[in-house]
Amino acid sequence: MNERADVVSLQKVSKRFERGNVLALSEIDLSVRPGEFVSLIGPSGCGKSTLLRIVGDLVAPSSGLVVVNGKSAEQARIDRDYGIVFQDAVLYDWRTAAKNIALPLEMLGWDRGRRAERVRELVELVELGGFEQHYPWQLSGGMQQRVSIARALSFDPALLLMDEPFGALDEMTRERLNMELLRIWEASGSTVVFVTHSIAEAVFLSTRVVVMSPRPGRITGIVEIDLAQPRNADTREEPHFFELVTQVRDMLRAAGADSADPISEEEEELIAAEEGLTP
Amino acid sequence: MLRRAGVFLAVLVCLWAAWEAYKAFGEAVGLTWPFEVNDRTFPHIHDMFGQLFEPSRRNGPLLISVLFDAALFTAKEAAVGFVLGATVGFLLAIALVHSEILLRGFMPYIVASQTVPILAIAPMVVVWLGGRGLPGWFSVSVIAAYLTFFPVTINALRGLHSVDPRALELMSSYAASRWTTLWKLRVPASLPYLFAAFKISATASVVGAIIGELPASIQDGLGGAILNFNQYYLSSPPSLWATNIIAALLGISFFLIVVLAERLVVKRAPERFA
Amino acid sequence: MSARLRTWGPAIAVFILGIAAWEGLVRGLGVERFLLPPLSDIGRTFWDDRETFVDAGIFTFKEALGGFLLGSGAAIVCALVLARWRPLGNALMPYAIAANAVPIIAFAPITNNWFGILSPFSKIAIAAVICFFPVMVNTLRGLTSVRPESIELMHSYAAGQREIFRRVRIPNSLPYMFAGLKVATVLAMIGAIVGDYFGGSQDALGILIRRSAGIFAFEEAWAAILVASVLGILFYAAVALAERLTMSWHPSIRGGRTE
Repeated sequence: MNERADVVSLQKVSKRFERGNVLALSEIDLSVRPGEFVSLIGPSGCGKSTLLRIVGDLVAPSSGLVVVNGKSAEQARIDRDYGIVFQDAVLYDWRTAAKNIALPLEMLGWDRGRRAERVRELVELVELGGFEQHYPWQLSGGMQQRVSIARALSFDPALLLMDEPFGALDEMTRERLNMELLRIWEASGSTVVFVTHSIAEAVFLSTRVVVMSPRPGRITGIVEIDLAQPRNADTREEPHFFELVTQVRDMLRAAGADSADPISEEEEELIAAEEGLTP
Repeated sequence: MLRRAGVFLAVLVCLWAAWEAYKAFGEAVGLTWPFEVNDRTFPHIHDMFGQLFEPSRRNGPLLISVLFDAALFTAKEAAVGFVLGATVGFLLAIALVHSEILLRGFMPYIVASQTVPILAIAPMVVVWLGGRGLPGWFSVSVIAAYLTFFPVTINALRGLHSVDPRALELMSSYAASRWTTLWKLRVPASLPYLFAAFKISATASVVGAIIGELPASIQDGLGGAILNFNQYYLSSPPSLWATNIIAALLGISFFLIVVLAERLVVKRAPERFA
Repeated sequence: MSARLRTWGPAIAVFILGIAAWEGLVRGLGVERFLLPPLSDIGRTFWDDRETFVDAGIFTFKEALGGFLLGSGAAIVCALVLARWRPLGNALMPYAIAANAVPIIAFAPITNNWFGILSPFSKIAIAAVICFFPVMVNTLRGLTSVRPESIELMHSYAAGQREIFRRVRIPNSLPYMFAGLKVATVLAMIGAIVGDYFGGSQDALGILIRRSAGIFAFEEAWAAILVASVLGILFYAAVALAERLTMSWHPSIRGGRTE
């Protein structure tokens, strides 16, 4: 079998924030193969969101090597090799759902006809038919996230980065969107790196679960999720599912996931976002 | 801290330099557009400041002492006006927040009230209040209050309305009276908005006081000083400019007092901007 | 239709009550007639001489409009510049806020000196300076109050500064900008009229008010005041209309909940 190159390769990546002299990540080694669905899970403040942003070249690592799609993270970003979905849908209020989805396509210079067709495809994919002309404030949280996902997929990137996209939604919506995400993942064939707080969600969605330690974030361990594909509602009832959940939970606890953290997760995300923005 | 002071001085020096540069350029070139540049229209900055330490009239007290007294006088009018206007504005907002009908009924007129040129109404206010035995400066305070109440009302309304509905429900579950809800919940919630309004009102009250003095022919304040030095502009251009500088300082002082008060009173998470 | 009535009904009711009160109280309580003439007298005075009043109103309005356009235009350009070059913007923002606290109206005699008392440009200048700072501060705040994630998203698209401005900052700033512009309409009128107070052309509204008040012709003065007020309201409404048209997407305009 041909060794297809890793989509993401992190070698000894560390990140220290100037503000507060915080060591957020320490010597992260991780490879993500094409077509994988990798979840990053860990306690608040373990740096998983920061790690995601490093992959997306939104935050620069303090040391270590980051290779995305065979290029530097910066080049991958410039070449638009990835789409990103945040916990907050981050839709623009002055654009309809359809126009929000089309945003990256406009920026890529696609002509109107091609954009319209692609938007149609995506609306169907994320099952938002009938709501394309609605404005964000007219849509529920779950629907906004679907718009956000459609937008991230619009230019068919090789890699999808997702930062707790369903964290703000209720359990039932969450489970439904989990299923939809898997369906979309299969249909698009992209690679996904997914940050989450929920062990069940991580196990349900992923091919591998990467468990991180509290700050400074290190990789405690990786759990291979060998549940049958395609996953469905019954998967959550399987004995093996519970075994894997327990495995992940034990790994988290072993790393000290119960300890309190002085800097809140939101604070860390904001620091990361601001540092990424300083010229 | 030191860096901020440095930036502050740097900006001031740049502005000073820009002024003098324009003056030098304008005079050298004989600029007539947008206006002619000479010592009458565009005095040196150091002349303006220097004028403060000259007698305001022959054998009279120094200009700076005259202007300082005038500024205090106007400050008193403005302060009274500010308190009056802020109180009225706040009470008005409280009344309107409890009744949707009153709100919709009166809102357009509250907005429209600011389009009435208060300067024009000022003489009537002076005569009316004077006829009731109130001192002239109080009329000026009323005029200052007129300019002050509006931002306070608008912002107080927004603040009183900005309460999280769930917090209101919580109050309801405690069977709290309207009064309690008002004072324990809505008012503290509206403080940031109020202070935003106070910052605008601080300036507005000073502007109102200065404007109000003009038709009231009140000599003792900055408005009177401006009229006076305007009349005698040709004999001493820097005097009017010096008066403007003092007026500017007065406005800024009021503003800074509110900023300071805000720091002390409002403890709030800083806003995050990108 | 009934929604419209519910919105405007109370205001119309207050208007009618207000007029009735004016007429009734003034005549009934015998408020010093020369201070607050009955509305009907004011109306008659206006009508008898309406050309003079309207002409004076338009003259002053043109000064206000000129100042508004000049001041707001400059303010928006400055805000864009300061938002683009942040270090400069951050350094100057406190000064802009402080400058907003200066009673600029005190500056009116100086513009009279610069441009000549009779020239409308002296009033345009003062109106422009008064409008400048509120519009600039508001617009700048709108341009910079963007959530960090929005900018991160743009970075993920490898967007340059110009695109970020065009697609994110400028649309985001519109509500703030219009708030500033609405305030500026009122300030511009005040600037023009107060500018007149320090001396101006006989054709100006402010001079008309001052002259009438000076000879105790209070009906004329009030008629002129009401003309100024109506013009101010129309000016404000025009900007509010422009806001509605450009921001048709905003929840507050589409009837949805705000924030």
